[in-house]
Amino acid sequence: MRAPWMIEPRTSLSPFLSLVPPLAAVLTTIVGGVVLLTFLGISPGAALFQLFLAPFSSAFNIGEVLLKATPLLLIAQGLAIGFRAKVWNIGAEGQLIVGAIGGSLLPIFYNDSQNPLMIGGMMLIGMLCGMGWAAIAAALRTRFNANEILVTLMLNSLALQLLYYLVGGPLRDPHGFNFPQSALFPDVAMLSLLSSAGRVNTGLLVALAVSVAAWLFVERSLIGYKLQVGGVAPEAARYAGFKESRAIWLSLLIGGAAAGLAGVFEVAGPLGQLQRVVSPGYGFAAIIVAFLGGLNAIGILFAAFFMAVIYVGGNIAQASADVPYAVISILQGMLLIGYIVARVFVDYRVVFPWSLAKVS
Amino acid sequence: MAIGKEQVLTSVEQRQPLLQLDRLCKSFGAMRANEDVSISIYPGEIHAILGENGAGKSTLMKMIYGVLAPSSGRIVWQGEEVTVQSPAVARSLGIGMVFQHFSLFETLTVAENISLSVPESAAALSPRIAEFGQRFGLPVDPLALVHSLSVGQRQRVELIRCLLQKPRLIIMDEPTSVLPPSGIPPLFETLRTLADEGCAILFISHKLDEIRSLCQRATIMRAGKVVGAVDPTRETNETLARMMIGRELPHPTRVPAKPGETPAMEIRNLTSVPTDPFGVVLNDVDLTLRPGEILGVAGVSGNGQKELASILSGETTLPRAERERILIDGVACGHMNAGQRRALGLAFVPEERNGRGAIPEMNLVQNTLLTAHANGLVRRGFINRKEARTLADRCIADMDVRCQGAYAEARSLSGGNLQKFIVGREIMLKPKVLIVAQPTWGVDVGAAAAIRQELIRLRDDGVALLVVSDELEELFEVADRMQVIFRGRLSPSLTRAEASTATIGSYMTGGFLDRPADSEAEAA
Repeated sequence: MRAPWMIEPRTSLSPFLSLVPPLAAVLTTIVGGVVLLTFLGISPGAALFQLFLAPFSSAFNIGEVLLKATPLLLIAQGLAIGFRAKVWNIGAEGQLIVGAIGGSLLPIFYNDSQNPLMIGGMMLIGMLCGMGWAAIAAALRTRFNANEILVTLMLNSLALQLLYYLVGGPLRDPHGFNFPQSALFPDVAMLSLLSSAGRVNTGLLVALAVSVAAWLFVERSLIGYKLQVGGVAPEAARYAGFKESRAIWLSLLIGGAAAGLAGVFEVAGPLGQLQRVVSPGYGFAAIIVAFLGGLNAIGILFAAFFMAVIYVGGNIAQASADVPYAVISILQGMLLIGYIVARVFVDYRVVFPWSLAKVS
Repeated sequence: MAIGKEQVLTSVEQRQPLLQLDRLCKSFGAMRANEDVSISIYPGEIHAILGENGAGKSTLMKMIYGVLAPSSGRIVWQGEEVTVQSPAVARSLGIGMVFQHFSLFETLTVAENISLSVPESAAALSPRIAEFGQRFGLPVDPLALVHSLSVGQRQRVELIRCLLQKPRLIIMDEPTSVLPPSGIPPLFETLRTLADEGCAILFISHKLDEIRSLCQRATIMRAGKVVGAVDPTRETNETLARMMIGRELPHPTRVPAKPGETPAMEIRNLTSVPTDPFGVVLNDVDLTLRPGEILGVAGVSGNGQKELASILSGETTLPRAERERILIDGVACGHMNAGQRRALGLAFVPEERNGRGAIPEMNLVQNTLLTAHANGLVRRGFINRKEARTLADRCIADMDVRCQGAYAEARSLSGGNLQKFIVGREIMLKPKVLIVAQPTWGVDVGAAAAIRQELIRLRDDGVALLVVSDELEELFEVADRMQVIFRGRLSPSLTRAEASTATIGSYMTGGFLDRPADSEAEAA
């Protein structure tokens, strides 16, 4: 009946221990990735190089890493605030898509405009659209107690179908030979590049600023404190009179705004138009990033960077060594599983009853 | 008489001890919870372990029951050294424990609950449960659903469950704290019967009267060490308390209350059905609380105290239409949440400290913010950390909270110290109305006296206080008036002169109702 081992919570956690799960996860992913590629017939040295070192091999590749880190960083900072309040927004991908759609409306309908305010308007509309999409989940949760995990998850599919419909019909470029994509954006609707060598743009600076704001919000503001209390001790939040519904609304709206902004940055950055694919799963990868960063604004900086390396390394391996595209998803999975497993061993310790038996 | 006792003791000493603890030590990091504890327990004796909170009683019991492993020292059971790796091992040796907090499933019957821990079916167990009940004076219906049982009956179920495993030693952790005064003598009878049959009982308590009337020997612990072993029947409460806390027991001083005219808080004719299906329905509750008085709410636990406290604090809110049923300073506030009521001058100390009154994972500065954030600790939405730190430090100093500074996590504090912190924090809010539930649960005697004195001081400053407590002695000490809660109904108010143990005791079993609930009197 009884398992031959028991797990019990660790009583004292040293601050060093909290660094173990993310580092262990990163290490697992690196070793796992190399082993995986070795099975596909690539020598370990080449595998290690292509996946994890090639992304740093040229200015262009470093730019690519920073470009991919931008949406991950933005979304993860937004999600982490909600996750700390134990509001599980799994719908950042959908919020990103809806944000991208909303942000695209201005450049599509005012395609000849030279107004320099356009990019600002796009960011605003994109954020509002992301928030609106997340608000559906918040309203259903606070009004009918509908689980926000399921609602946000299903809204992802809805957002994707909405995008397919729009790029195939109402928003399709009339001069685009019926390709399912919008007209190319005018220059005023594009983010300016940070360096001539790569595609990384000013979106990165915004994401960094958002990270600072997120840190201030979580660590220093009263609202951030209230959200956190609601997450770790709901009874204490009720005792103090912090409203649960407000925490749910805020968490989802912040997450939605960040994801919506990331969506705008994709269409106004590397894509330059609205397409059927606006994100290679950034909304889901950002969930991993948020946890890998310990739901901490500074930790998320590093986590987003590493996740971006996986994206870029996966792409390089795919292009140069004929590795399937799925390798990126597999590495992301390893990262998450590695983190979760390490978390269990950091939070709990395994006790074998026979080790307690004293030898007399 | 004295010589007789001496002889009994000597004859006991000559037998082989059932359980012998030999220089048992337990450290948690740098903290030494138990240091060189040596105790011998003989068959058939009722042995008290007496000590303040944090004296190491629980740690010691957990080592005997196999929940914790000793750092060093030996446990000798019937002459043989043993290693108790787990409670299962303890039970197989013949050590049983009845916990203060019951572990019963409310939706199962008594027999079904017991069958979960005994390898027998519920049907086969029923007659044996009845038989044990008969033999040890523990009447309980094996087919009754646990949620329909009173706390006293649930304790009997726990005790029967323990007895079915034929223990040689039973550890009882503060068993009387959940009982009404009338429930204590039958329990003691049962324990004496058990002892006569040769079972040893380790009785943990801080109620000195009970220990003096029940136990033949008492081991007194202080700061993790044994400081004395006495015959409690030959000691007084004062001498026992002095050994326990190492100094004289302070007694609160009080002058007659001078309550103000306008009520600070009122409940008018309130009936409330809780969302928890096993909660207590509050029925027709009327209550008036004036500034400068302490109103005590007595009652056997589980009669609606929790529901009353949560409706007063605003953790449970009423529909808007019924907002007039609760008034603070004349303002209808039934629909307001706890934060809004705080703004009207209400402060509240809940009975659960970890997770409700304080956030275990957060430090004391952050825990100060929990309710004190409105008191100048926030500027333009941002937390003023310096102010918060100052306030936390002041609270720690004022209430003599023993901790590793303001940045210690709340969960690292002992229950009593955390309670002092929470009480101190709520007092610093300078409330007009202070509601305190179980002010001294698990708080040691010295600190409890300090908290009670603080409550009386607040009353003298014109604060209106409502104290909900399971401990009658405590209410007799602090309250100016008392009301008793029974099955969600509040008795008429009794003045200090009217509130005798007998009256309160009868009220606690429904004596104030027009149609006394006769079956309930027995049930309690």
